[in-house]
Amino acid sequence: MSLWQNKNNTITNRGKNFFLNQKDQKSTFGLFINLFNMKKIILLMVLQCLATVSIYAQEQTKDTITPKDLNEVIVIGKKAELSQKQSKPLATIDEYLQQSGKIEMIKRGSYAWEPMINNMATERTLITIDGMRIFGACTDKMDPITSYIEVSNLAEATIKSGQQGACHGATIGGAIDLKRNRSNFADLGWKASVNTGYETNNNQKILGTAINYVNKSFYIDTDFMYRDADNYKAGNNQEVLFSQYRKFNISTTSGFLFNKNKLIEGSIIYDKATDVGYPALPMDVSLAEALITSLKFEYAPKSARIDKWETKLYYNTITHRMDDTKRPAVPIHMDMPGWSDTYGFYSKAKGVLDKHHFTADLNSFYNRSIAEMTMYPTDPNENLMFMFTWPDVRTFYGSLFLEDNIVLNTNSSLKFSGSLANHFNKVADQLGLESLQIFYPTMKDSKSRILKSISSNYSYTKNGFVYGFGLAYGERAPSVSEGYGFYLFNSFDRYDYIGNPGLKNESSIEGNASLGYANKKFSAKLTSSYFHISNYIIGKPDATLIPMTIGGSGVKIYTALEYATIFNTDLNLEYQINDRFKAKGQLVYNYGKDFEDKNLPFISPLRYSATLNYKKNQFSSEIMVQGNATQTQYSPFYGEDRTPDYAILNIATSYLFVVDGSKLNVKAGIENILDTYYSTFSDWNSIPRKGRNFFLNVTFSY
Amino acid sequence: MKFQLKNIALLLITAITFSSCTNDNETPFVANELQGITKIQEITNDTHIVELYSATGSLQQGYNAISLRIKNKITNAYDKNATITWAPLMQMTTKSHACPYSAVAKTVGKETLYNGYIVFQMAENTMEHWSLTVNYTINGVAFTANKQISVPASAKQRVTTFTGTDGTKYIVALIDPVTPKVATNDMTVGVFKMETMLLFPVVDGFKVKIDPRMPSMSNHGSPNNIDLTQSIADKLYHGKLSLTMTGYWKINLQLLNANNEVLKGEAITDLVPASSIYFEVEF
Repeated sequence: MSLWQNKNNTITNRGKNFFLNQKDQKSTFGLFINLFNMKKIILLMVLQCLATVSIYAQEQTKDTITPKDLNEVIVIGKKAELSQKQSKPLATIDEYLQQSGKIEMIKRGSYAWEPMINNMATERTLITIDGMRIFGACTDKMDPITSYIEVSNLAEATIKSGQQGACHGATIGGAIDLKRNRSNFADLGWKASVNTGYETNNNQKILGTAINYVNKSFYIDTDFMYRDADNYKAGNNQEVLFSQYRKFNISTTSGFLFNKNKLIEGSIIYDKATDVGYPALPMDVSLAEALITSLKFEYAPKSARIDKWETKLYYNTITHRMDDTKRPAVPIHMDMPGWSDTYGFYSKAKGVLDKHHFTADLNSFYNRSIAEMTMYPTDPNENLMFMFTWPDVRTFYGSLFLEDNIVLNTNSSLKFSGSLANHFNKVADQLGLESLQIFYPTMKDSKSRILKSISSNYSYTKNGFVYGFGLAYGERAPSVSEGYGFYLFNSFDRYDYIGNPGLKNESSIEGNASLGYANKKFSAKLTSSYFHISNYIIGKPDATLIPMTIGGSGVKIYTALEYATIFNTDLNLEYQINDRFKAKGQLVYNYGKDFEDKNLPFISPLRYSATLNYKKNQFSSEIMVQGNATQTQYSPFYGEDRTPDYAILNIATSYLFVVDGSKLNVKAGIENILDTYYSTFSDWNSIPRKGRNFFLNVTFSY
Repeated sequence: MKFQLKNIALLLITAITFSSCTNDNETPFVANELQGITKIQEITNDTHIVELYSATGSLQQGYNAISLRIKNKITNAYDKNATITWAPLMQMTTKSHACPYSAVAKTVGKETLYNGYIVFQMAENTMEHWSLTVNYTINGVAFTANKQISVPASAKQRVTTFTGTDGTKYIVALIDPVTPKVATNDMTVGVFKMETMLLFPVVDGFKVKIDPRMPSMSNHGSPNNIDLTQSIADKLYHGKLSLTMTGYWKINLQLLNANNEVLKGEAITDLVPASSIYFEVEF
């Protein structure tokens, strides 16, 4: 305690408090550790050391300059003013994310699109909800994490490219953290809002409510959202069968503030989707259900070097059931349920020391993924055909992430980050293990990997110009499917995929650069990133193997290409023409090749969008054109065909009525006005997208 | 610490109590002799009762591992040092014939049991039946016992009889796996030829190619199967059988002679979904 002795009284007291809290933390952690593994205690000690170091040297004054971060943030908005910024406030989260130049969505229907960051899909990216790791329970990626929350829960989505997203886990392409709404203590009292919406194209009905209450030391936020949609119609009024869905999402967050700088918060999300059609796939989903819970403790020392210390324990469970009973002429009826349970925690401290703004994040999770397949033979006397497609794979992950953002001078800053993680997999089911041993006779039931990440970024700001430059290295472990999948049918290339437990870690060397300029009227930003990915994991056909799936083209085994390269660049422009008119534009170019100069799959062709906004008082309106050039760099080897170019036109208008402190926001618009029939490079099996759609969103809040 | 000691003491007491229980209840060795086998039937003569056993308590078409023991009618004791041979015979309406069978040997680790195998290449029917003759010598005195035995058809094909391209009649029987798993199973097969109506010796130096398929699922196969070759030790043919899921599998066969010439069976292609010789497993 000598550390505290030369401090004045208040600091000492605070120090004691801090110490007490630390103990509390420890006992909470203790429980957690017992559940899994004692060796994590060592990591915990490291964190404590860090925490101690961070409180050290408290005399320094805070920097007034904060370093620049190059991340992209999509603001979805606070509940109360949800509809202020977006032309279609009750759009799905997928539609929101799509606005980013870094993100593209793989679509298998009108529900649960799979986000790709820098043209990299789920395996190579990291999607978290408030820092929590959640893993989909579907072997066919029909339930990305984004499908388990609602846009009305969210405040923003932080998109980080490449290793800058390594804070919550190992990634190659980048990370999206979906940040939830939370009332702040500035705005006390009750608040409520009702959201309703209707879309003509798929007869989608949307109904939502939000009720919030805040007093001086307590808040509770609740949110409910229900969506019900029929089949949508592609251009020329062509109905896309099996594209219906129904879902509801209910969420509650409640926090209690004590001693003015400590906050404890519990949160629950329950999401349930039923009768979800996937027109691009041979099966639909009868149930996708998630329960996502967390308990967070936040501590904000007032004048210490630690700005904020946040610790969270979380648990989530997902059940996913595929269903083919509604499809006509199924060659063989099958059930394919999957389950994914994750327990985890993170403890994250942010602080300032001289010119250093640093973050330390210790995080860990334990995931259990099981998926099985039961096939029903035509002859009812025959035994059912059963196999594990995910053989009860347990993943235990623990990582320490450190970041230091150094303010060099008023113009420039330098950011370093690094992480070291242990990734442990175990196949817990004997039948599943023996199934995989058919392919890998010498395979062990468990495998441990060390994952490293390091990155550095330099940024320079002067006279409205912002330059950024970064270099990074990162690694990831194979996903459950890539490592342990068993006859996973991919309806895109029509191959059955077999996991490969012996895969090496995939590693990426990345370089990124950005150039931005902004003045009062005009802003422009050009960002580029280049990835050289070694041991690039992808399925390769094995001609000696016979596909299991009826009508399958063959079997692919996950193997590693020597390397692959991916390059992305996007340009965003904004021009405030006058008080009322604003123009925006976006241009994105991507490129992806393997080591033999063959095209990689799911690489976007040149794409663009342009928007013209008009705003006067409470009225606003916008017209938008959005399109892709022809996809010339497609990959027939991975099942792609050439996707023709397209362009669509959207308009939206809104008006905000304010009466006695209540707000009624009415937004209406037409998407794909010309009813163009089109599909994009990321539409699974080239299913067409929505044709003309009128939408109406009404939000009433008081 | 006190608490811990108490726990340990409690644990010890419990352990002792339980172990003494087991001692009290320990069954005599006779039950141990019959662990895992059930009586099929008895064959009686004037002096002895020959008890036949198998894992299921019955016989069926195909390969059967059979245990037996001989009980003295007078002393009720089981003989421990007999020399035994057996001779199964199928009495058909027009002719009779035997089948492949092994010698009968004392079972290792047992006091009174003897064992061997018999491959019934056909099942009984209302007109035609199998009988088993057991010949045994005890202390230099020869005895014989004979009785009809019941050999119903097996639910799935476990044995196949055919004439090879060399004009010889062969019998191929599935021995293992008895309980197939979703795994790489050890597979054992017996290959025999018909030399005479009564003599069916093991064939040496051949090869049995396997191609397991699921006819209910577009006839897909499985990887990393290993064709069967003969082992010197037991004269049977051993290989590896991969089954990637539960359900009904047809194990298509090809029999190759020492010169690698196919004597019977076809390779599976899109046009040839099944071989003319095969086994079936379902689990």
